[in-house]
Amino acid sequence: MTRVDTKFERIAYPVGFGLLVLLLWEVAVMVFGISPALLPPPSAIGAAIFGSLPILWGDWVQTVVKGALNGLWMGSFAGIAVALVIDRFAFLKRGLLPVANFFAALPIVGLAPIMVMWFGFDWHSKAAVVAIMVFFPMLVNTLGGLADTDTMQRDLMRTYAAGHVATLLKLRLPAALPFVFNGLKIAVTLALIGAIVAEYFGSPIRGMGFRITTEMGRLATDMVWAEITISALTGTALYGVVALIEKRVTFWHPSQRG
Amino acid sequence: MIPGKPSTFTYSVLPVLTVVAVLVVVWYAAAIKMNSTWTYDQAARAGTEPSFSEVVKDTMQQDRPLLPVPHQVAAELWDTTVEKKITSKRSMIYQGSITLKTTLWGFALGVVVGIAMAALIVLSRVGRLSLMPWAIISQTIPIVALAPIIVVLSNAIGAGSLLVPKAIIAAYLSFFPVMVSMIKGLTSPDHMQLDLLRTYGAKRSAVFWKLRVPASMPYFFASLKVSIAAAFVGAVVGELSTSAISGLGARMLIGSQFGEPMIMWAALFAAAILAAILIFTVGAIEKILRRAMGGQPV
Repeated sequence: MTRVDTKFERIAYPVGFGLLVLLLWEVAVMVFGISPALLPPPSAIGAAIFGSLPILWGDWVQTVVKGALNGLWMGSFAGIAVALVIDRFAFLKRGLLPVANFFAALPIVGLAPIMVMWFGFDWHSKAAVVAIMVFFPMLVNTLGGLADTDTMQRDLMRTYAAGHVATLLKLRLPAALPFVFNGLKIAVTLALIGAIVAEYFGSPIRGMGFRITTEMGRLATDMVWAEITISALTGTALYGVVALIEKRVTFWHPSQRG
Repeated sequence: MIPGKPSTFTYSVLPVLTVVAVLVVVWYAAAIKMNSTWTYDQAARAGTEPSFSEVVKDTMQQDRPLLPVPHQVAAELWDTTVEKKITSKRSMIYQGSITLKTTLWGFALGVVVGIAMAALIVLSRVGRLSLMPWAIISQTIPIVALAPIIVVLSNAIGAGSLLVPKAIIAAYLSFFPVMVSMIKGLTSPDHMQLDLLRTYGAKRSAVFWKLRVPASMPYFFASLKVSIAAAFVGAVVGELSTSAISGLGARMLIGSQFGEPMIMWAALFAAAILAAILIFTVGAIEKILRRAMGGQPV
């Protein structure tokens, strides 16, 4: 009854669907005579991307490399480190987990204006927002992952006379990796959102968020769409990189053996 | 209570209270440290040498502190919720109700779209193959980049207020958890159950309505809490990125532009409280519905 999807189908259908949408978009703009200030056709967006590569590159470095990626590694390492410390103290863990879970559900991005006030207009404030945003999902996921070993496995380690550190390195951390990667997948998306929003509150004269607001003000919509395209490609690529590393590192996990 | 087993209070409430208490202490310490620069600066200009206790006292009373102390934020929150009339633009209840409205519209839209997408993906092979990857990609795209465009486009199609674009942004974030859970739920009936329905000669539509939909309900309810939290984050992000003039996100924006940190912090905490209320309410509704439908209380 259910056919197995071939690799070709798994690629052809989504690509075809995407192209169809682009085509309909292009045709609709032409047929209905929509003003390019309102909705530029995909061809114009493509032209804008290739026509202003240096600007886009500068914005990309400012927002993604300096803001998002710096914040991402700081927040992720902090989240994992705190999880490892907290994990040793059951009392703290029971206290911190609900609090962290709650923080993870909050619109932490609202801290952006405060961070801009503290750390200035340049990328430092953006990295700070991103670090705080990704800290909580990383913390919660790592803690969840560290709890994902069963008694049998831990007993086995004990029969080997493995101490806390050995058990952590050889059993519990590897077992936690799928959860850590889950957290990272959430984190990369949040990182881009945080870095761009923080730029709405003040930035040097480059950056994707800055460009989007200023070009929107000039009704240069094709440039806005160019930045959107770049940010979409970046978001997808970052997610893809995490997924790829996950596949390499946690090849033993059932979810990766499909 | 079983002897030897710790009570709920010592087991789960006490640790949470401890962590919160530690956070508050750290906050006070950080506030004193950060705000003291300004105090010393002022004292140096006046040519006085303040004592430590004077410094500490001053760090908690500044009008525009780098980091207001908790009781200052609490006082500001009290002032802007209880003392102000709810019709006042400075009332956090008024601003919160705007954000709440956006959240609920976005949530409703997100749930409908999420269910529709899930049904399409489960029922149609072509739908699944072409939509599923795009649904995942959509969540890796930073929605804030799209926000200004969404505002312009919804203006063009005649939406007068900012509610429409903000609700769309909220829905964009909140449809995904519903969709993922509904796909899981709609495909959760196993072969035995599907085969049984086939022996009854059930049509595809009957299988869908009588087996798949009821089977998906627990998954659906489980996704609602995540979804409402996402819708709320989306509403605030929407207010931040559409230059809205009302709503909690807009208050943060205004506090930033006019250099009024108290407004920012009060709005931030009002947002946290509202988020807690929303998540708690949806959780309670979920519990009631689950019981009404004969499911196991969790």
